[in-house]
Amino acid sequence: MSLRLDGVGLVYSNGYRAVNGVSISIGAGERVAIIGPSGAGKSTLLRLIATAQRPATGAIEVLGAAPWILGRGALRKLRSRIGMVHQAPPIPPRQRVVTAVLAGRVGQWPMWKGLASLAYPVDVAGAQSVLARMEITDKLFERCDRLSGGQLQRVGVARVLYQQPDLMLADEPVSAVDPALSDRVISELNREAVARRITLVASLHAVDLALHWFPRIIGLRAGEVEFDLPPVRVTDAMLRELYASEATVPTQGDQPLAVEAAGIRRKPMCS
Amino acid sequence: MSAAAAVWGPRDPSALPRAALTVLIIALLWPGFRLAEFDLAVLFDPRNRDTVGKFIGTFFPLATSADFLQLLLKSTLETLAIATAGMVIAMLVGCPLALFVTRSLSISRIGPGRGYILGRVLRLPARFALMLFRSIPEIVWALLFVRAVGLGPAAGLLAIGVAYGGMLGKVYSEILESGDVRPTTALLETGSGRFVAFFYGMWPAALPELVSYTVYRWECAVRASVIMGFVGAGGLGQQMELSMRMLNGGEVSTILLIFLLLVVLADTLSALLRKLTA
Ligand SMILES: Nc1ncnc2c1ncn2[C@@H]1O[C@H](COP(=O)(O)OP(=O)(O)O)[C@@H](O)[C@H]1O
Ligand SMILES: [Mg+2]
Repeated sequence: MSLRLDGVGLVYSNGYRAVNGVSISIGAGERVAIIGPSGAGKSTLLRLIATAQRPATGAIEVLGAAPWILGRGALRKLRSRIGMVHQAPPIPPRQRVVTAVLAGRVGQWPMWKGLASLAYPVDVAGAQSVLARMEITDKLFERCDRLSGGQLQRVGVARVLYQQPDLMLADEPVSAVDPALSDRVISELNREAVARRITLVASLHAVDLALHWFPRIIGLRAGEVEFDLPPVRVTDAMLRELYASEATVPTQGDQPLAVEAAGIRRKPMCS
Repeated sequence: MSAAAAVWGPRDPSALPRAALTVLIIALLWPGFRLAEFDLAVLFDPRNRDTVGKFIGTFFPLATSADFLQLLLKSTLETLAIATAGMVIAMLVGCPLALFVTRSLSISRIGPGRGYILGRVLRLPARFALMLFRSIPEIVWALLFVRAVGLGPAAGLLAIGVAYGGMLGKVYSEILESGDVRPTTALLETGSGRFVAFFYGMWPAALPELVSYTVYRWECAVRASVIMGFVGAGGLGQQMELSMRMLNGGEVSTILLIFLLLVVLADTLSALLRKLTA
């Protein structure tokens, strides 16, 4: 069992209950998409899973360990096995792409290696190969503040691919990437998960991407799990209900797509 | 809904605290000016104007004899050496303390494992040390070190090292706190240590500001080393004290001119380093 949440809840310091009584378990090697309207608590849930946020209530188990009773060293070690693709890539401006990618492994490297890599990048070839999978090899030595939003987001994905975590999390990893490339990025994340038999949990804004690529879909609304089903059993009515607060069910490229007749999951995907 | 709310929309909730803070600041500053006997009219009183005029008159012409200039060159170099070496010590004191007390670099902030209390407890004395170092003026440190290591540049150097170490530590950590903490947080969340998280998450963004503050402090250190020269710590200050004691206004003004040049130098250096690190 790779991941287990049992009645997990989180109240932010302003009193807002962002996640409420969530119980899910995710096996090793499973690939799960979390969908839901904006503000549903997707990011918060991923942060809880990433051990970046301590739940107020309930119990959580990640990679076979209960993170919040571990000692400092063990918790750090556990965290180094978890990779998170952030929605806004947390990369300081003026850092070079190669450094930003290699930073994926500083949690695993001894300190001297991390520092040495600042003087001269210790694994240029490794960085280059993950960037190739994101189709931005030409930016290897470019500064990150000279990239477009979509390119920067792909650097963020490349960093996590380089990290080779045992649990891969992604918070709207393609929100700034154009539709054609989005598909490529999501497929690379899935390929990595399948090839290394690791768990992948991704929140996605575009419902069609989620339904196409993931064998398990969790619908989140107002901090609670609405449904937890394989994509073929997610009906249009469920989606409409889930996104009741928004005008339409969001899809790739924000093309407003009516959830009727054919149903959006049968929309042909280029892959 | 009242008519006002309809026109203005919802009220800005932070407007009131902001206004209150402004009033408070003014209320605090006003008695300060009164206490300092701040009164512009005094400057224009004819008697005072006369005294000031005579005093300034003694500053000209500048002293430009070769002997004196050579002496000044030596003292200038000595001052620069005190300031620079003092800053090196200050950085050796300030950098580790800054990294240690900066909250956004603390792992326990994102959720500790057991045993995090120790780090928090150790951070308190570090903060206290920073406060102690900078609460005592460098001139007092200089007097202290003159007693410890005797008259001469070494005392000034140590005084700058300690007093400015405190300031650098404090301001460095504030610069680091005020930057974007997400890169560092993300690194800590994937198991990296505090030191590495600093270099990968903060260093690139904070570097220009750290450099320019350090150069500014170096400029202050030059001035401070002058003042400490008055209590026997060598350099231009000692020279100035001699010239003043001998009532030689020309020499004093030449020395002042050198101060100006040093400030210009620091300014140029700062601009250059900022451009290099941008
Ligand atoms: N640090 C925070 N403090 C207070 N409220 C927050 C914080 N982060 C998120 N929230 C609130 O929690 C809710 C869920 O947020 P989030 O998990 O980011 O949702 P999603 O990712 O699904 O859009 C939102 O209503 C948001 O306003
Ligand atoms: Mg979100």
